[in-house]
Amino acid sequence: MTTSNYASERETDEGRVFTVTGGDWDTIVSGTDPINDERIVVNMGPQHPSTHGVLRLILELEGETVREARSVVGYLHTGIEKNLEYRNWVQGSTFVTRMDYLAPIFNETAYALAVEKLLGITDDITERATTIRVLMMELNRISSHLVWLATTGMELGAISIMLYGFREREYILDIFETITGLRMNHAYVRPGGVAQDVPDDAVVKIREFLKMMPKKLKEYEDLLSGQPIWTERTKNVAVLDVTGCVALGITGPVLRSAGLAWDLRKTMPYCGYETYEFDVPTHPDGDVWGRYQVRLAEIRESLKLVEQALDRLRPGPVMVADRKIAWPAQLAIGVDGMGNSLEHVAKIMGQSMESLIHHFKLVTEGFRVPPGQVYVAIEAPRGELGVHAVSDGGTRPYRVHYREPSFVNLQALPAMAEGGLIADVIAGGASLDPVMGGCDR
Amino acid sequence: MTSPTDKPNDGGVPLPVVPAGATSGAPAEFPPASPAGRGMFGNQGTGDVSGYGGLVRQRQPIEEASRPYGGYFDEVRDALEEAYPAFNDAIEKVVVDRGELTLHVRPERIAEVCQVMRDDLALRFELCSSVSGADYLGADERRLHVVYLLTSMTYRRRVRLEAAVSVEAPHLPSVTAVYPTADWQEREAYDMFGIVFDGHPSLTRILMPDDWEGHPQRKDYPLGGIPVEYKGAEIQPPNERRSYQ
Repeated sequence: MTTSNYASERETDEGRVFTVTGGDWDTIVSGTDPINDERIVVNMGPQHPSTHGVLRLILELEGETVREARSVVGYLHTGIEKNLEYRNWVQGSTFVTRMDYLAPIFNETAYALAVEKLLGITDDITERATTIRVLMMELNRISSHLVWLATTGMELGAISIMLYGFREREYILDIFETITGLRMNHAYVRPGGVAQDVPDDAVVKIREFLKMMPKKLKEYEDLLSGQPIWTERTKNVAVLDVTGCVALGITGPVLRSAGLAWDLRKTMPYCGYETYEFDVPTHPDGDVWGRYQVRLAEIRESLKLVEQALDRLRPGPVMVADRKIAWPAQLAIGVDGMGNSLEHVAKIMGQSMESLIHHFKLVTEGFRVPPGQVYVAIEAPRGELGVHAVSDGGTRPYRVHYREPSFVNLQALPAMAEGGLIADVIAGGASLDPVMGGCDR
Repeated sequence: MTSPTDKPNDGGVPLPVVPAGATSGAPAEFPPASPAGRGMFGNQGTGDVSGYGGLVRQRQPIEEASRPYGGYFDEVRDALEEAYPAFNDAIEKVVVDRGELTLHVRPERIAEVCQVMRDDLALRFELCSSVSGADYLGADERRLHVVYLLTSMTYRRRVRLEAAVSVEAPHLPSVTAVYPTADWQEREAYDMFGIVFDGHPSLTRILMPDDWEGHPQRKDYPLGGIPVEYKGAEIQPPNERRSYQ
């Protein structure tokens, strides 16, 4: 028995078990018998800096080669889908925004589109509300890809890119804060439109961001693309071809990095994406390098989309005209975030009894949604984000299921990792960009 | 110690009684058996003093669609009918609602139908986008539904397959051999609804802990929760709050 503080060992029914806390591999290396005991099982996570959150991997190793890999999820399960069934349809936005915390606007928009389709008001959504949704989604796509770049860089040993990625993401979070009052978990996109209009100073901030970002992208490429360590660790690593992707249900940048230009914004457009000009970047190799290239190119395309959306913003309402569906309160941003505007409160409390009744009914009870079921899918930063929503005709969702790209994509990890080196498990897993909040819901 | 059934909302143990809010309306296809009735202040009625509470709202049942369905739906049906000899036996109902096509499939046939949907040249549903469960408690003997959303990348089409099983015999064949992506999604449906997919390579829980009892997203499974104190007042857990029907 060793007495190491870092790697203690004990005998169990299934063999000798080492507990490694400080990365002291010497104890394990000296403790195993490489001739009679070729395979060791390594448990990685759920608390591990390079598993992108609470993902647990169980790896069966033969030397440094991964023979079998299994991922274990569920550590961040919060029962959001069940909780939705106990709140009214509008309150649902505040729950779904917390699923994939790097792409809250996408969760909200998918939910809003599903509820609108159930209500049959898809065509009544105002031009301005749809444009704002596109604007916000594309900004969110950039911020999500920046976090991917930052964390993947860090996991592969490039610390500078981690700082730079998070630094530029802050600009976008600032813009979000100006518009929605919150940096994350906005509940901004609601069934019927968006919670409130985009203020003028936000437009100025976005224009500044559009000017700054291309230079920063150049900087990232200068840092990474020609760097031998980065190319060694990404090229021909964790390859998955189109057949493998489609069989495993992998969508998003991973599928496009294998060469198939499948992007729901182009192939099954929603929110008027068919009227915007942008390209769908692809890459022929299907490796981590390809995914890196595709994501960088997607940031550029998103910048184009943000600019076009900004140019299209015309004054107008941001909520449907139907006051039974539109949230009755005129929301405004106060010092403590978004809430009822003072004018609205003054009106319902002092001037109009009818307004007060409507406010009360809609806030406490909510609107009714005709019975039926729909499936709505949008292109989130990680792939197809689908919402299967069922209504029973009441004021609460009967069932809402999220087809989360993180959840589905993680199934590809064994296909990418088995037969490769243990170091490439990190690169492969990171290239899938799983967000465990979305995966486990 | 009291038995688990005496302690409501203790987590993990389903109650014999239906918790408040769980049946906030019956499934879409059937009128509700008993609307409202549970709430705060010991109120057993609807809580409505406006006089409109006596109105009975008629829910439109979702009916079988008649030909032509419109769009590509007719082509999909014809192609499936041609490629799959047991069509009349396997497909129970065809529903077109809100621009979406749903084929209600007899559960034991689901894997065969998926195989044809994927391989036939006129159908080519290569991608299984989503598999999810839904519990229509009180609607039918076969209350657990499995909903498959298939996507054809070639033709850019979507179709929904729905199969219903009962709680007593919640079995249907796994489609993992046809669509490997259904692996985790079937595990989730098993975990949350207790639907057993025969032939699945390893049907274990995926989101809940391995030793969890019950299937949390069934409608007769309580939400659970504890009261929270906020600024001196006690706020009940969401499933015990007053609910409007």
